[in-house]
Amino acid sequence: MNSIRIIPRLDIKGENVIKGVHLECLRVVGDPQEMASDYYQQGADELLYIDTVASLYGRNNLLPIIKKASFDIFIPLTVGGGIRSLEDIRMILRAGADKVAINTYAVKDPTFITEAAKTFGSQCIVGSIEAQRVADHRWEVFTDNGREHTGLDAVAWARRLALLGAGELLVTSIDQEGTTRGYETELIAQIASSVNIPVIASGGAGNPEHVVRAVTEAHAAAVACAHIFHYRKYFINEVKTVLHQHSIDVRL
Amino acid sequence: MSKNRVAIIDYGCGNLYSLKKALVRVGAKPSIASRPEDINSADILFLPGVGAFGKGMTELRRRGFVEPLKACISKGVSLFGICLGMQFLFENSEEFGMYRGLGLLQGDVTKLIPQDAECKVPHVGWNTFWPLSEASNWDNTILKGLSGGEQAYFTHSYAAQSVESSSVVALTEYGGARFASVIAQGTVFGTQFHPEKSGEIGLQILKNFLEFV
Repeated sequence: MNSIRIIPRLDIKGENVIKGVHLECLRVVGDPQEMASDYYQQGADELLYIDTVASLYGRNNLLPIIKKASFDIFIPLTVGGGIRSLEDIRMILRAGADKVAINTYAVKDPTFITEAAKTFGSQCIVGSIEAQRVADHRWEVFTDNGREHTGLDAVAWARRLALLGAGELLVTSIDQEGTTRGYETELIAQIASSVNIPVIASGGAGNPEHVVRAVTEAHAAAVACAHIFHYRKYFINEVKTVLHQHSIDVRL
Repeated sequence: MSKNRVAIIDYGCGNLYSLKKALVRVGAKPSIASRPEDINSADILFLPGVGAFGKGMTELRRRGFVEPLKACISKGVSLFGICLGMQFLFENSEEFGMYRGLGLLQGDVTKLIPQDAECKVPHVGWNTFWPLSEASNWDNTILKGLSGGEQAYFTHSYAAQSVESSSVVALTEYGGARFASVIAQGTVFGTQFHPEKSGEIGLQILKNFLEFV
């Protein structure tokens, strides 16, 4: 059985790691390299880098940050934000990343997911979904880091992304993001039971119990956390220890 | 180990850069071999790989690596295959059709079918690896210093089956499906997981390998 992966999420704007609430009100929290090294030492299972302004400016600016990270950090690195061509993916992998997370451009051109999966393998392509609750049991997909409506139903879109060839799904709840009130477990659960690829829950973790719930109630294969690690509310090992106490497999 | 010339085979389908950085970290000076003649002077070869078997094998063949690679092995050069690169070492793969591998080791690459429905495919993430039996120990292998139960990072949908037990160094279990996750036979080695992405344990395995050969 696989261990549940704990993935610190580094949202990047320019040269800084930032953190907001509902993907807005962004504040600088630190230096990407210092934070990434610290998380690697703490036992992170993977790191997720999102260029928060890339879609807006039409390109991903994380190459230098990833290049630097991959000299010292020997766990998988996933990079998202503004990816719109096979060449973009090639450059990011060359910089030392292992996977790319694609949101906005997948919505614009769904065949891009298939093309990317065929070229680099599904294991490399993470379908990224930013969703906001629009009614009871219904969530809409947003793009451009939560700025643009799409009219797409999040669960249906998740199913489609899996069929198109994505190897994993990163599901971020805009409602919960930055609130520390817990993951959107109902959304995560619906998606996890609709697709046969691993789902990474993102947005809302405020304590280890939230992570436990994302796994036991929503069947997430991995969890992305930002606030609780960035603001040093918990160390990674503390979260893993709580999971372990709930008989959830983790890498200790 | 510094006398050894280490080369990473570049056939367009591997994530060479992480591997290169990991090898540098453990004291090697790897070069990137983009043409078949680049591997002739190497003592140690790495065959990385991500993606589909057929496409990878086709690229390896199209770029003329297959025969030089086999010639290197027959003159005693050490080879370390990672993930898809390990799968290439076997006879056949059934991924998207039926493809011939390098045939350096007995066994076939088949779809991973976990019995446990909770275990999704691809198998992505950290999983443990164990010795073949309680009696086996890893003292004279590339897993020297490890005791079993350590975790490494996997990302794959296919795995080697019907491998001769004498070539299996470690096994991994995923949802009831067991497969060889570390293999060794003569100078040919491989891991289904990514040592370059498996933290300090992975670096230890790469270091062991470089000291071992």
